[in-house]
Amino acid sequence: MSSMQFGIFSVSDITQDPTTGRTPSEHERIKGWIAMAKKAEEVGLDVFAAGEHHNPPFFSSSPTTILGYIAAQTERLILSTATTLITTNDPVKIAEDFAMLQHLSDGRADLTLGRGNTGPVYPWFGKDIRDGIELAIENYALLRKLWTEPVVNWAGKHRTPLTGYTSTPAPLDGVAPFVWHGSIRSPQIAEQAAYYGDGFFHNNIFWNKEHTERMVRLYRARFSHYGHGAPEEAIVGLGGQVFMKPTEREAKERFRPFFDVAPVYGHGPTLEEFTEMTPLTVGTPEQVIERTLGFRDYVGDYQRQLFLIDHAGLPLEEVLEQIEILGTEVVPVLRQEFDRVRQPGVPDAPTHAARVARAREAGTQLGEQGSAWKEQGARSDLDTGAAIARQADEQESEVAR
Amino acid sequence: MKPRIAVVSAGLGEPSSTKLLADRLRDATLRALAGHGQHAEPVDIVLRPLAGDIASHMLTHNPSEALDAAIKEVIDAEAIIAVTPTFNMSYSGLFKSFFDVIEEGQLASIPTALGATGGSARHSMVMDTAMRPMFAYLKAQVVPTGVFAASEDWGTDSGLDRRIEREGKELADLMVALPRRREADPFDTSSEAFVSFEQMLGHA
Repeated sequence: MSSMQFGIFSVSDITQDPTTGRTPSEHERIKGWIAMAKKAEEVGLDVFAAGEHHNPPFFSSSPTTILGYIAAQTERLILSTATTLITTNDPVKIAEDFAMLQHLSDGRADLTLGRGNTGPVYPWFGKDIRDGIELAIENYALLRKLWTEPVVNWAGKHRTPLTGYTSTPAPLDGVAPFVWHGSIRSPQIAEQAAYYGDGFFHNNIFWNKEHTERMVRLYRARFSHYGHGAPEEAIVGLGGQVFMKPTEREAKERFRPFFDVAPVYGHGPTLEEFTEMTPLTVGTPEQVIERTLGFRDYVGDYQRQLFLIDHAGLPLEEVLEQIEILGTEVVPVLRQEFDRVRQPGVPDAPTHAARVARAREAGTQLGEQGSAWKEQGARSDLDTGAAIARQADEQESEVAR
Repeated sequence: MKPRIAVVSAGLGEPSSTKLLADRLRDATLRALAGHGQHAEPVDIVLRPLAGDIASHMLTHNPSEALDAAIKEVIDAEAIIAVTPTFNMSYSGLFKSFFDVIEEGQLASIPTALGATGGSARHSMVMDTAMRPMFAYLKAQVVPTGVFAASEDWGTDSGLDRRIEREGKELADLMVALPRRREADPFDTSSEAFVSFEQMLGHA
């Protein structure tokens, strides 16, 4: 794998194809994602990232299920998210689910945390949207503990306390999945990513580039402030949105009907206006290459580039064609060109193997569940196995009575 | 750079009596400021040509270049003069929409003068029933006088000039006495208001 990772990300919308009037079923779209992920691996892309939503017209409510299924059918593809809701999910469940995915995929899993943008999701999951930032901070602090401490004793404001809790399975090779923090415009989240030395991801699709630039600049400066290295050593990921055909005219003709009525930006600015305002590129593979290389001008050398290519009702065949073009015509040139201009000292995109090697070197690698904390002389009454045995004894004696 | 006064007018006609009132309030303010030995540069922000861009911004969160420039002029100004025609007992939808796409908090403490136009003086309550509550919500400092100009005011000696002069003077006085306090830029790490992650965690 090269210094940068390229891939696709999806919000999982089920939208009518405005050119045919046909709306795919949930089943079709879910299976479509599998086809997209397999195609992505086949044409040499590195990452498939799944969005998370809990309301129609979206289907991706259970990302680790679908990513686990994809992991079983691929060999190299990194399974990621865009984004995992750190606000409304229980961090305990995130720790378990993604460690499990990490094991099943042999380390090909990482995740991007986000707050989510649908107001009612918070109350549906028993939270308050006004606590969004606070939840992101508290829940992630707990998630880190669960992945780095064998036995967790914890108390916070938004979740029931944990005493003697061991998250299972422990992260693969004792090294937690790499974490990106995604935010469009909240400086607190750039600050959070910087504090922990984690990655920062900007979706870079629906908003103008000033937001992206300002967020990445803050993240890099603070990454350095917190002692993780020079600003250029921070780990940055970007989104982007493209649609390609052999000529710009064909691309615009084909994409315009989807654009004009698309959720999020439809019925608003023209395709041309939106292309000017945002990183959206509708044109030839060469135009996409040129535009994407330009992202570096405002964020610096970065590690991951994901493209949104399957929304607004585009039919699966069309989406697979876009992945094909990305893999065969766009990404090979981007790899070469980005590498050519890359400044020395810029870190490679994060992989499990590299993180394990670094943890070994630094001596921060953890053992399997049980082993590490027994060595640390933990209390036996907090031993999960002993607790189960004791429970079984109690049940037996109940039955005996 | 000279302090600027953003003169926002939401008239739809061309020529527009709303713009005319805005111009008069602007000139009165500049004269009164000169009386304090101060100068300001007025920037006219006419909303009509931005109407499509404002709607697009609401749908996509993306301001066009022209709208972005207009918003920056308003939030960076030292004072606002805001004038709207009266529609259905209230400010026009265009007037409201422009202020709706400005982020919350950006107009806090800004000295503001309000004006409105309408077919007859029976609409003059618009200033107190619609405009003042909105600017109160935005935490702007609004001067006591608000000038309403009905069609007939432009042809009779109804004291319109006197009211305009008074409001201009009030805005100038307020700008001098209580200039706006700017919110710290949340991205400015050197500012005292910047919140570090240690603070967010409750460690500092």
